[in-house]
Amino acid sequence: MVKLDTYKLYDRVVEVGRVVFIAYGPDRGKLAVIVDIIDQNRALIDGPASGVVRKEIGYKAINLTRFKLPIQKGICTKALKKVWAREKMEEKWAGTAWAKKLDSRQKREAMSDFDRFKVLKAKQARTRLINEEFNKLKASADSSKTSKKSKKAKK
Amino acid sequence: MRVRGELKQYMVYGRHTPSATESNPPIFKMNIFANDKCSAKSRFWYHLRSLKKIKKAHGEILMCKLVGEKKPTVVKTYGVWLRYVSRSGIHNMYREYRELTAAKAVTSCYRDMGARHRARPSSIQIIRVKQVEDDKVRRPNIKQFMKPNVRFPLPHRVNHKLYVPRFSTKRPQTKF
Repeated sequence: MVKLDTYKLYDRVVEVGRVVFIAYGPDRGKLAVIVDIIDQNRALIDGPASGVVRKEIGYKAINLTRFKLPIQKGICTKALKKVWAREKMEEKWAGTAWAKKLDSRQKREAMSDFDRFKVLKAKQARTRLINEEFNKLKASADSSKTSKKSKKAKK
Repeated sequence: MRVRGELKQYMVYGRHTPSATESNPPIFKMNIFANDKCSAKSRFWYHLRSLKKIKKAHGEILMCKLVGEKKPTVVKTYGVWLRYVSRSGIHNMYREYRELTAAKAVTSCYRDMGARHRARPSSIQIIRVKQVEDDKVRRPNIKQFMKPNVRFPLPHRVNHKLYVPRFSTKRPQTKF
C-alpha cells in the first residue's frame, strides 16, 4: 500500500511559527505569527511588528501565508520581534503577489475622480502604442505570408 | 443562573451575621464564575445554603472581588469538575479544556454541556476548576494539541461572504 503523506499535499499548515494574515476582526489586514495552538478551532497569535497584541483567534479569521518563522512554542513577544526582524518578514511579505495586490487595491480605493481619469487616459495611450506595434507586426506577417503563397503558385 | 457572553471569575467571602451566641462566626470563601457581581453573590448563597446551615437572610457578604488570570497569554489545560441534573438523574463529570483563562474554560464548559448534553446552566453546578499539569491530562483530544510539533492543514475552507451575490461564474477556492 502506498502511504500517502497528507501534509505534502498542503504547503501551508497550521503550526507554531506560521505567519498568518488576519482577514477579519479589529486587526484585519495585519500580519501575525502562530505562537501556540489552542485546539482544532483556535490558535494563540502574536504580531509585535504589526501591532497585534497576543491573543487567541479562530482559524476562520486568519489566512495562512507560505512563510514560517523558526520559533519555539510560546515564545515571548520580545524574542519574536527579534526573529521577525532577523528573518526580514516585512520585506519578504512585501515581495509577494498577495501583498502587491492588496497594496494596489488600497491605492485604487484612495484615488479621486481626477486620478481615475488620469489612469483612463494613461491606459488609452498605452493601448494605442501596443496596437501600433501590433499592427506593424501583423502587416509584416501578412506580407510574408502572401509572398510565400505567390511562390507556391509559381511552382 | 444564565451564561451571557463570557463569564468572569469572582472570589466571594461571606459568613453568618455575628450574634450574641456567636460573636465571631467562621468566614467562607468561594470561587464563583458568573456574569456580574450580583449573580456571583447570589450564586455564593445558593451554594452555601446547600453546604452549610446559613442563609442570605442571616448572613453577610464581606467581600466580592474580581479575580484576574495571572498569565492570560499562555495556553493552559483546565480540568472542570461539575455536577449536573439531566432528564434522568444527577451526574458528576470531569471535563478538560485548553484555554487562556479559567473563566474562558468554564464558559466553554457551559457551552459544551449545552451542546453535548442539552444541559441548561441552571442545572449545572461547577464544583472545582483547576489547571492540570501536562502529564496529568486525561482526555486524548486535549493531549494531541499538547504535542511539541502539532501541525495540520485547513483542508476545506468555504468563504462565507455576506453581502456578496450567492451565484458566481467562478468556482470558489477552498484550499490555500
